[in-house]
Amino acid sequence: MVDVPLGPIGTAPSPATEDVELYHPHSWVTKYVFSQDAKIIAIQYSFVALTVGLIALVLSWLMRLQLGFPGVFTFIDANAYYQFITMHGMMMVVYVLTALFLGGFGNYLIPLMVGARDMVFPYLNMLSFWVYLLAVLILVASFFAPGGPTGAGWTLYPPQAIMSGTPGGQDWGIVLMLVSLMVFIIGFTMGGLNYVVTVLQARARGMTLMRMPLTVWGIFTASFMALLAFPALFVGAVMMLFDRALGTSFFMPAIVEMGQTLDRSGGSPLLFQHLFWFFGHPEVYIVALPAFGIVSDLISTHARRNIFGYRMMVWALLAIGALSFVVWAHHMYVSGMNPYFGFFFATTTLIIAIPTAIKVYNWILTLWRGDIHLNVPMLFALAFIVTFLNGGLTGLFLGNVVVDVPLSDTMFVVAHFHMVMGVAPILVIFGAIYHWYPKVTGRMLNDTLGKLHFWVTFLGAYAIFFPMHYLGLMGVPRRYHEIGEMAFVPPSAHTLNAFITIVALIVGAVQLVFVFNLFWSLRHGRPSGGNPWRATTLEWQTPETPPPHGNWGKELPVVYRWAYDYSVPGAAEDFLPQNQPNAQATAGLAHG
Amino acid sequence: MTEQAFSNIDAKHSESSGLRSIAADFSSDRSAFRNVSWGKAMMWIFLLSDTFVFSSFLIAYMTARMSTTVPWPNPSEVFALTIGGVTLPLILIAIMTFVLISSSGTMAMAVNFAYRRDRRKTAALMLLTALLGAAFVGMQAFEWSKLIHEGVRPWSNPWGAAQFGSSFFMITGFHGTHVTFGVIFLLIIARKVWRGDFDQERRGFFTSRKGRYEAVEIMGLYWHFVDLVWVFIFAFFYLW
Repeated sequence: MVDVPLGPIGTAPSPATEDVELYHPHSWVTKYVFSQDAKIIAIQYSFVALTVGLIALVLSWLMRLQLGFPGVFTFIDANAYYQFITMHGMMMVVYVLTALFLGGFGNYLIPLMVGARDMVFPYLNMLSFWVYLLAVLILVASFFAPGGPTGAGWTLYPPQAIMSGTPGGQDWGIVLMLVSLMVFIIGFTMGGLNYVVTVLQARARGMTLMRMPLTVWGIFTASFMALLAFPALFVGAVMMLFDRALGTSFFMPAIVEMGQTLDRSGGSPLLFQHLFWFFGHPEVYIVALPAFGIVSDLISTHARRNIFGYRMMVWALLAIGALSFVVWAHHMYVSGMNPYFGFFFATTTLIIAIPTAIKVYNWILTLWRGDIHLNVPMLFALAFIVTFLNGGLTGLFLGNVVVDVPLSDTMFVVAHFHMVMGVAPILVIFGAIYHWYPKVTGRMLNDTLGKLHFWVTFLGAYAIFFPMHYLGLMGVPRRYHEIGEMAFVPPSAHTLNAFITIVALIVGAVQLVFVFNLFWSLRHGRPSGGNPWRATTLEWQTPETPPPHGNWGKELPVVYRWAYDYSVPGAAEDFLPQNQPNAQATAGLAHG
Repeated sequence: MTEQAFSNIDAKHSESSGLRSIAADFSSDRSAFRNVSWGKAMMWIFLLSDTFVFSSFLIAYMTARMSTTVPWPNPSEVFALTIGGVTLPLILIAIMTFVLISSSGTMAMAVNFAYRRDRRKTAALMLLTALLGAAFVGMQAFEWSKLIHEGVRPWSNPWGAAQFGSSFFMITGFHGTHVTFGVIFLLIIARKVWRGDFDQERRGFFTSRKGRYEAVEIMGLYWHFVDLVWVFIFAFFYLW
């Protein structure tokens, strides 16, 4: 028996709820370029984000080449190294992960999964993408600006970020970075309002909040959080831009640069850190929550079992979202805060482990005695669980002040956040692309290439990031251009670094197999039909695949059940789509 | 799980009140906020997000004010005007505040007439609101030019902490931009009201969606928000 009631379903005419007035494109340009269709916008977002991802991947290669073989590649001097590290971080976190999960998956899946024809404000949605593209162009332009991009580290801490010792600090780099972030935030706000209002106000008949697939819950919560977290970054960016361009001293204390006393005083560098991390920590969960949601759906679908503890999953998502706004200063234990703050923030940080653990247990209990299909999306989903668990456990180390202080600014931190918010969400992104590609294109991705991609990526990621924990425990610092001769760093650390670099090159190269698969399957993939995974959620029940403009044809779907009716005892099929009425579903069901 | 167990979501909704009603709304299908249009919901959520922007600005300013090593200039003296030989502290700010709060009143009246579908009065009141808003921005421009004339710059000022000028220009500038955008949109919507777009459900130029009188109310939400923010700026920047 499923533990969620199949009802209630209203029969009375519903109160005034508007239907979408769709914009009908008149030309190829308004249909595919300046499109107001969320599905096209989603593809545009994903394409741009994946392209930025490839750029950021190449940057990580360059960094690894320097770390693995210091001195061999002379064009990677200290300045270039810092520029690569900064751009890699900022691109991956904001312009790839946030944009891909919310702009890409959010746009594609929200209207389809809640049974809407489109986002509620299609025009604004279109603007959102073009503003995002503008932000990306401004960011990429800094590679070609005088002085190159900023090398301040992705956290852009002042005062160094705007001083002459830092690459781009007194050139264009930091200015372009800050402007790009502000533009991104404006564009995201347009999209984020759409995602949130669509989920809240434009669901199908019968689609209650507690019947929504967890994917929608994850993206919805993350979008809402982003609307509240990005303002802090926006304000920080405005103030730093003023410091850099107008000579104000918001973040600048009295300071000496190259032997010269600067004409600044009274500012607070800590203030920027607070603003940045008030955005930065929720940002971790803005990336993680959509991944949590998507992975729940992947596991449930491919294990043919209802998700374990659906309600707890939803409440855990919301709890994580709320808690993530009161933990930001755990990034600042070594910054010189009042020690009592550290105590408070360590406590809240560790409390987050509870809802997170609930989710991990529920995923495992969903798999328990499930009919597990080890296809490519499922492999990625399983890989996510272990990777996230690993990254989460090292998070417990770093959340404690006394353990964090010695580990801070070592490779241990790099290993931790790459596992938990780098590799883990990207594994979900891959799994999700393999899962939903058939709906987007009508064809399956190639399975053999997919498995090759999976195994090399998964094992490779561990070969890269596991050793970094050891490096960190030995005290190898992060963000160093060259470790050089340090008494406490044994020669084996250098060998390990070379090993990591070689694996990183291989893992990076395998992503080209994935890109090839994406394009090759567009033509040559096996036709998938409308519902190749025999899934319950609404997006698989569209009359046509890929879904046309307006998604549903004449009639909007009516929802009769939650999203997880897999292997219901007595039902004819092992899945009951959300829009299947009870009478049909329970025919021959021998209970009252 | 029998058919009898199914209850009607809408019926359940109408019976309840208070907290139960909120719970019923949130557990219903289609929309979480009953009878709230998409546009209005979006504006409320946008304003929530914008609240975080202004809160961050104000908190950042307060942090800067507390962390400076030099004394903060006294706002009562800085923003005093000498009129007819009498020095009145904060007089211009008081007038600006009065004008902006009054514009909220005219905006509320415009919303009222919009729901009565009174085209002329709505448009006239919106124009009056825009005029008051423009007057506010004009007085702010006067204040800016006066301070600039006296030597206040974002990076320094004659009286004390440099962060005074930085925060002043940043926060009032950001708020003034909000008011300016408000005035522009007031004029656009007033024109639509005047032309009868909302009576004829004429489609928008960009969005190609039918216009409705509710646009006036949504505009009003934004306008009241901008006023409310000013109250906080007034309290925290000028009165502190």
